Amino acid sequence: MELFDNLALGFSIAFSPYTLFLAILGCFIGTIVGALPGLGPANGVAIMIPITFSLQLDAVAALVLLTSIYYGAMYGGRISSILLNIPGDEPALMTTLDGYPMAKNGRAADALVISGVASFVGALLATIGLMLLAPLLSRVAYEFGPGEYFALYLLAFATLGGISSNNQAKAALASCIGLMIAMIGLDPNSGLPRMTGGNLHLYDGIDFLVAIVGLFAVSEIFFFIESHGKSSAVGVKVGKVRVPWADIWDTRWTMLRSSFVGFFAGVLPGAGASLGSFMTYMMEKSIAGEKGGFGTGVPKGVAAPEAGNNAAAGGALVPMLTLGVPGSGTTAVLLAVLVTLNITPGPTLFTERPDVVWGLIASLLIANVVLLIMNVPMVKIFVRVLQVPPAILLPGVTMISFVGIYSLTGSYFDLLLVVAFGVLGYLLRKLDIPTVPVILGILLGHQMEKQLRDAMVLSDGSAWGLIYTRPSDTTDLSVIALCLLIAAVLGFFAPIFLRKVLTKPQAVSD
Amino acid sequence: MNKLTFKALVTGAAITLGTSAMAAECIAPANPGGGWDFTCRQIGKILFDIGEVDSPVQVTNMAGAGGGLAFSHVVTERSSDADLIIAASSATTTRLAQNAYGGATADQVRFVGAIGADPGVIVVAADSPFQTLNDLVDAVLADPSSVAFAGGSAVGGFDHLKPLQILKAAGLEDITQVKYIGVDGGADAITQTIGGFTQAMTGDMSEIVGFVQSGDVRVLAVLTEERVPGFEDIPTAIEQGYDVVAVNWRGLYVPLDISDEEFQVWADRLAAVAASDAWQQAMMDNGLAPFTKVGGDFQSWIDGVVASTEELSREIGVIQ
Repeated sequence: MELFDNLALGFSIAFSPYTLFLAILGCFIGTIVGALPGLGPANGVAIMIPITFSLQLDAVAALVLLTSIYYGAMYGGRISSILLNIPGDEPALMTTLDGYPMAKNGRAADALVISGVASFVGALLATIGLMLLAPLLSRVAYEFGPGEYFALYLLAFATLGGISSNNQAKAALASCIGLMIAMIGLDPNSGLPRMTGGNLHLYDGIDFLVAIVGLFAVSEIFFFIESHGKSSAVGVKVGKVRVPWADIWDTRWTMLRSSFVGFFAGVLPGAGASLGSFMTYMMEKSIAGEKGGFGTGVPKGVAAPEAGNNAAAGGALVPMLTLGVPGSGTTAVLLAVLVTLNITPGPTLFTERPDVVWGLIASLLIANVVLLIMNVPMVKIFVRVLQVPPAILLPGVTMISFVGIYSLTGSYFDLLLVVAFGVLGYLLRKLDIPTVPVILGILLGHQMEKQLRDAMVLSDGSAWGLIYTRPSDTTDLSVIALCLLIAAVLGFFAPIFLRKVLTKPQAVSD
Repeated sequence: MNKLTFKALVTGAAITLGTSAMAAECIAPANPGGGWDFTCRQIGKILFDIGEVDSPVQVTNMAGAGGGLAFSHVVTERSSDADLIIAASSATTTRLAQNAYGGATADQVRFVGAIGADPGVIVVAADSPFQTLNDLVDAVLADPSSVAFAGGSAVGGFDHLKPLQILKAAGLEDITQVKYIGVDGGADAITQTIGGFTQAMTGDMSEIVGFVQSGDVRVLAVLTEERVPGFEDIPTAIEQGYDVVAVNWRGLYVPLDISDEEFQVWADRLAAVAASDAWQQAMMDNGLAPFTKVGGDFQSWIDGVVASTEELSREIGVIQ
């Protein structure tokens, strides 16, 4: 069979001691980069690029190193989400919602193992999907124009209310704050600066990593100071480390469903891993319903976003390889590397450079197994982190995050922003307003605005452009956009009118 | 195997130590992996390999504000540093002409040379009714709202200016009527065009090569003076009656206050790189066409480009 021939070719390239060494090294660095708040997969890969150039690695070796860092960072992001309630990178945001409560209940090790297995399942299924379906799936991107993407983002925001523990209005307020922050920077349609006050540092907008570190890590410090170091949320009990087979088995359908949804979110350029983990969490929360207890620290709430974001990471490679369209920040960096290595991703890559494609797929499979082996036994080491007294741990984590943020642009301005976000986070948490929607607003707001305005340009300013594939041809209705819009409207209004019918699951606030 | 082990050890060492300080420095005003980063790394490497500099050129990435942060850093803090070169391209001059660098102007630095260029192209989907550039232009002239262009830069960016220059040459009075959406890179613009959301794509040659080979798109025109080697069957816009040349050049600028001798040293070094085999190979690998202008020639050409970009930008309302 052709598929096995191709795989054999891939493994023959990937299975040299040198490449294996690079894969293991990449997984290790990736996990650490992912776990550090302030450094995400995109930064991890970007930092390593000069090293691959100076070592003059060939195309396959460079790809193996960089993609294993990519996958490693997707695994690593969950660690600080669960242990510290500080997302290590943006796709791990949703993992804080149930992962941290689990850690607080003394099940930190369980949460880490379950999320590790979920990451493995998600990434494995996505790699298989990439292997079997990539050339077919590339056509999906042709079906998504500005109107369709806008509807997709709208759906994400319309269901945001469900994220909040007990007050949808506060979640809406928080996402509006996020959207407002996303407005800062160059106007996407004219390239002119908006609300920057003439400050060049604000031209690129505000990086969500800055917001994450400020809202989560720095605000935690403020709480810690306020309580004179007595009532920090960080000091949690550490239970016995064992593999929770029963929980893993219970979450099998959650993992499979989430991998599927996450993979497709990844395949759409412009959706990416964050949207993948967000949508899988919301989906599993509504499937589980009231009894599911999402938000109180349930295994499913950890498995869903982790399977989702790792599957999305694999899915994002599909448009990158087959169309040259990056589906996320990290694939944009990988794409640039490919181009520099004289490999032009596009419709002909699979036939012209099978060595690169199948070498990459084989090394993804290897990296995934390495990561599972690395992550499950290492859980004990990570859990030890919790036994460090908060008075040492918290400032240490914040300091490392500051270094990470500084490395993004090498400017002290971002550090000031981090502190400003820390103050904002402190105020929001005092008012019991959730901070996760703020980050999502910053993360998705820019793209959502851009897609809406592009749709308006294409339809000459008519709102019908949102549901017609080709605005000039009014008979060509876009079914995708229409369905997504209806789902968004229902998702927003249903909880308001059906308040009596749908009793929301009660969740702890942060 | 020994060599591999050694390489592996070096990997570890390089990760822990990073790179050490060296004499000449090239600032890439973007993150690693982009076009500017490529310019710095390739030119820096070739300069050392052909013996023009004594020690390897250190590459510094200074991302921010589309190159604006690096520009203001050079102008305010390094204005007399003769060991400093900064990667630049059409995007640099377009943004300078449009005052997108927070008040900085093109005369605050010296443009030392360009040694390669990515030719501009106008592309439609394979099933498009437009067979030639004339068909497309006629359709826009008849009804500007019937054709939307997609490109990889924001409104007013270089990709947007390409069709505007053509349409202006064709006699369209009010170029603000032309519909354009700026998406996330050239491949994304192609996806939107093949998907039928926009009718034409404007971008660089290197962005479309894969799609031309797969037969998904048809190239209506390349915006160079001559047909591009390797793509001889693609007609130029000039052949079809529109006198427009738009190439995305890759080059360098240097700080303003260095002496004329020091400026000439960099111009000569750049000319040596352009003539080297290694650079010819790098250009071929990356879809660049030969485009060498160095020294005083280049500076005066840049002045002309900035002036015409400014005029066009004012007409479409990107600047006042």
